Amino acid sequence: MKVGVVTFPGSLDDQDAARAVRFAGATPVSLWHRDSDLHGVDAVILPGGFSYGDYLRCGAISRFAPVMTSIIEQAKSGLPVLGICNGFQILCESHLLPGALTRNQGLHFLCGPQKIRIENTTSAWTSNFVQNREIVIPLKNGEGSFQCDDSTLAQLESEGRVIARYMGENPNGSRNLIAGITNARGNVVGIMPHPEHAIDSLTGPSTDGLAFFTSVLNSLVGK
Amino acid sequence: MAKIVVDVMLKPEILDPQGQAVGAALPRLGFTFAQSVRQGKRFEIEVEGDPTPAQLAEISKAAETLLANPVIETFVVRVEK
Repeated sequence: MKVGVVTFPGSLDDQDAARAVRFAGATPVSLWHRDSDLHGVDAVILPGGFSYGDYLRCGAISRFAPVMTSIIEQAKSGLPVLGICNGFQILCESHLLPGALTRNQGLHFLCGPQKIRIENTTSAWTSNFVQNREIVIPLKNGEGSFQCDDSTLAQLESEGRVIARYMGENPNGSRNLIAGITNARGNVVGIMPHPEHAIDSLTGPSTDGLAFFTSVLNSLVGK
Repeated sequence: MAKIVVDVMLKPEILDPQGQAVGAALPRLGFTFAQSVRQGKRFEIEVEGDPTPAQLAEISKAAETLLANPVIETFVVRVEK
């Protein structure tokens, strides 16, 4: 099983994402932003960081990278894609996911362990979770406030497309405490906190994040 | 040479913490006039000669595609003399 991890100029968490893929038992494949060839991968991760320096808006320029043209096309026909943090921003800018991520309420860059609740266990990236399980993974972002219009919010809620919600106080002003969402088909998932930093108790606050990466392997095997 | 200006603003219903921070700083400096402040972006695009309607339409398309994110922002295109 091959999982592609895209590197854009300014990506930071591509190595941790690749390591998480290895921990889950799959083979990570490096994908370069200028290469539109996805090298036959079974799934793709868009990692965190500051692609293209976050110039203009987070993810706005990355969305037009050659690799994204292929990812957008294949995501529409079911390729599992996980966007973490900056990757989530890119998925929103690509219109693969609705809404947008804006500057944190309070303006501070956040960095610390965050408790979230996994509410959707049918997506390609969350099928190994038990519904409503509470997990702790790192949250580290400056522009993580999930915003969308009222009708989009109502649709996300009624269709059960909120993947994860922040527990406790709202850390960044996200509507309805949304930490992650999925598309209607369940193959494209965006999440603001970082599961790839929580796969090994030596380097993370928990190993709760690993289930994102084992989930996608299960969903691929099930095909 | 003409200058085309594209102003991009967050939609009114979208929270603008940067504008709020500026709004909170003004009275601390003795500027007490502001009811509220919202912050946006301005792009200046230079083109050769007077812009044609087709060029302006193209710039609007570019603004919609790249300069602004219509999910959260609005934009206005105008020619500056």
